[in-house]
Amino acid sequence: MTTRSLQGLLLTRLLQLVAVVLIVGTLSFALMYFLPGDPALRIAAGRYGPDMMDNALSDMVRVELGLDRPLLVRFASWMGDLLRFDLGHSLVSGAPVVDEIALQLGYTLWLAAIAFVLALIIGPTIGAIAGLFPGSVFDRVTLVLSIAFRAVPPFVLAVLFMVIFGVTLRWFPTAGFGGWQNLVLPSVTLALGLAAMSSRVMRDAMAQVSQAPYFTHARYKGLSDPTVVRRHGLRNASLPVVTYLGLQMVYLVEGVVVVESIFAFPGIGHALVHAVIARDVPMVQGTALAMGGLFVLLNSLIDLACLRLDPRLRRMPS
Amino acid sequence: MRASLAQILAAAGFLTASAVGPFVPSAIAASNDDVLDVTSPNEIAGLDPAKSGYIFSRTQVVETLFTINRDRKLVPMLASESRTENDGLIWHFTLRDDVVFHDGTPMTPQIVADDLQRAFERPGVLHQAPITKIAATDNGVVVTLSSPFAMLPAFLSHYSTVILAPSSFDENGEVTSIIGTGAYKVDTVTPPLHVELSAFDQWWNGHAHIEKINYLAIGRGETRTMMVQSGDADLAISLLPVSVTQLKNNPDVNVTIATVPRTRMLKLNLAKPFFDEVTERKALSMAINREALSAVVMRNRDLAATKLFPPSIPGWSTDEIAPLEYNPDAARKLLADAGWKPGADGVLENDGKRFEVTLRTYASRPDLPLLATALQSQLRDVGIAVNISVGSYTEIPAGHADGTLDLALLTRSFSQVPDPAATVIADYGPGGADWGSMNWSNTEAFDLVADLKSTADPIARVAIQEKLAAILQNDLPTIPVVWSELAVASTAKLENVYVDPYEQNYHLADMRWAP
Repeated sequence: MTTRSLQGLLLTRLLQLVAVVLIVGTLSFALMYFLPGDPALRIAAGRYGPDMMDNALSDMVRVELGLDRPLLVRFASWMGDLLRFDLGHSLVSGAPVVDEIALQLGYTLWLAAIAFVLALIIGPTIGAIAGLFPGSVFDRVTLVLSIAFRAVPPFVLAVLFMVIFGVTLRWFPTAGFGGWQNLVLPSVTLALGLAAMSSRVMRDAMAQVSQAPYFTHARYKGLSDPTVVRRHGLRNASLPVVTYLGLQMVYLVEGVVVVESIFAFPGIGHALVHAVIARDVPMVQGTALAMGGLFVLLNSLIDLACLRLDPRLRRMPS
Repeated sequence: MRASLAQILAAAGFLTASAVGPFVPSAIAASNDDVLDVTSPNEIAGLDPAKSGYIFSRTQVVETLFTINRDRKLVPMLASESRTENDGLIWHFTLRDDVVFHDGTPMTPQIVADDLQRAFERPGVLHQAPITKIAATDNGVVVTLSSPFAMLPAFLSHYSTVILAPSSFDENGEVTSIIGTGAYKVDTVTPPLHVELSAFDQWWNGHAHIEKINYLAIGRGETRTMMVQSGDADLAISLLPVSVTQLKNNPDVNVTIATVPRTRMLKLNLAKPFFDEVTERKALSMAINREALSAVVMRNRDLAATKLFPPSIPGWSTDEIAPLEYNPDAARKLLADAGWKPGADGVLENDGKRFEVTLRTYASRPDLPLLATALQSQLRDVGIAVNISVGSYTEIPAGHADGTLDLALLTRSFSQVPDPAATVIADYGPGGADWGSMNWSNTEAFDLVADLKSTADPIARVAIQEKLAAILQNDLPTIPVVWSELAVASTAKLENVYVDPYEQNYHLADMRWAP
């Protein structure tokens, strides 16, 4: 890998990260402002619940948080904090946003990482086998399954798994986060959605590679089938899959929001939903920034993986 | 080069593991069958008592000076006795002398006075009381009032007035940990969902039977039901009506139900021409088939709210008050008497004005949108067109403040402070309230509300309450629709489960595993 291409890639990603921070921060501020309803009432509701919340409490919240200040003043104040890497305090719990996100991001990363690894094991493996035998029964069955798992929304899949594996078979806990067992159902829910697509990308890539002249050549020169697949098949076929994995992060982020809420998992997706409902602007900004930053980071890793896998990319002028 | 992909995956794995590593010990705890797993919809919004004090008071981590007992009577808890002087303007509360906080320090009058002062200055119920001074004495606290306020002990049982150790606060007075006096102490808190508790050996009131509690907030009612079915939860608080039927047939689960002092009701803007006449409000009430609503939506015919207060509230529900009836023919006649005649499409009109209103409600109580839809149909039968707006519950106080509200379907608890008078005084006094009357004026009722604030004699109070209840029944500033019940599911091996209708306490310390 040339130093120049690596530097170029990292610089581009760094600039993207700065842009993401500015755009996500500004957009979440603007969206929270323009949403209908009184923010002070929403924050009071988030803090004190429906039985205690009223206009008197929301007035106290408005004064306490300075929500009656002009919009531009509030925006400038927030931007100034952000430039000093200060994400502020949650308007609901009062805890520093950084602390809350650090805790929630930890849980989310656990969930996402396990789902991602599971998806990597399930999707490309099934796809590679199906691609080596295009048109076979295995290929057709996995096609139907992948369509089914991608078409079913994560929340339906989640409830189905809870009923089957939690309530009926009692193999895994239905919800919560007390042990490793609690990670199984949410991560499998996420992984199956991810694997459904990556398996088909891998299948098509492998089918294409297996028809390529270099693949045939490798066989003609006397290599065994497993060696041909390992040396010439997997590496070439994995390139589009690795690229596609980057795109799948979007699905993962979307899935985490839904799955965490259903399985009562205290991750960043669950926090984001509650922060939006309660108009907890610093938490919305913090979680959106964390998610955006993570997205850029993971895509950078994917790019690095592609650079390692494909020598042609390294030879291209940056 | 062969290992390039593996290297990158390993690097990604390392990065992820480094990021999450510090959280593993707290996240992945060993499960234990002796632990009582409790689940409820209530999330921890923050450690401040005004925000989530009810979670820690219901789980018996923190305690208040007073509480409500199983006979629905207000009794001392951390206080041992109370007395008034100077015509009820000075309250003396003597404190128990054997109370120790979870950090081992004793509870002193000064700590209690400081906690109450803090509660008074911050959001909560206490600032509604006419308090001028809170001071510590040798064996208790003295609260001085600017006017008599008979409900002060009831207010001192509210979760925003819990007594915390000084070590619970940081230098700015913010709560950073929950160190109370109750049967259980906090081991870990993972906001917003999870709390782990263990029995406190030095509890002044004995020792809890079950050593460990695992509290998990689960927002979705269906998930709570599944957790009980699968054995993941031993105690699930607040079940959906549809789940109750399902769980009652499960031999491994006990379902306990209590009627709670909470009413689903219609809030009316009496400044609107649709509801300014009492005949119109009576017609609206007569158009509501409460029995059908309670049977179909609440799955319990007995929850038809024929009065504002359910019979379970002592001193507020008397047989002398005639129940509200369903009579759509009489409703049409009353509306006709008030000048409302059917238009071309059957919707009533009066001086060219259509009887078309918007009903605001919210989905955080899942039955409310269903009730709203059923009400829409029932009211259409008498010629009233209702548009339903399901949004945040904050739209109701917002509509109250700016006067844009027509009609709202809401649920109101009369046990926030375990004396319903506190809610009634707030909701039906002059000027109305966000969750109560709107643009309603009734001098006799307002006088009774004022009397209720200051009258301490229990017999005199009941007389006032009954008169006030009769006025609310006749004048209908709000229209009751259905009452509520609290359904709790517990595993069959759990004994001594008690459902507190005032939702003040889960009574976990009394529960025990069946031998």
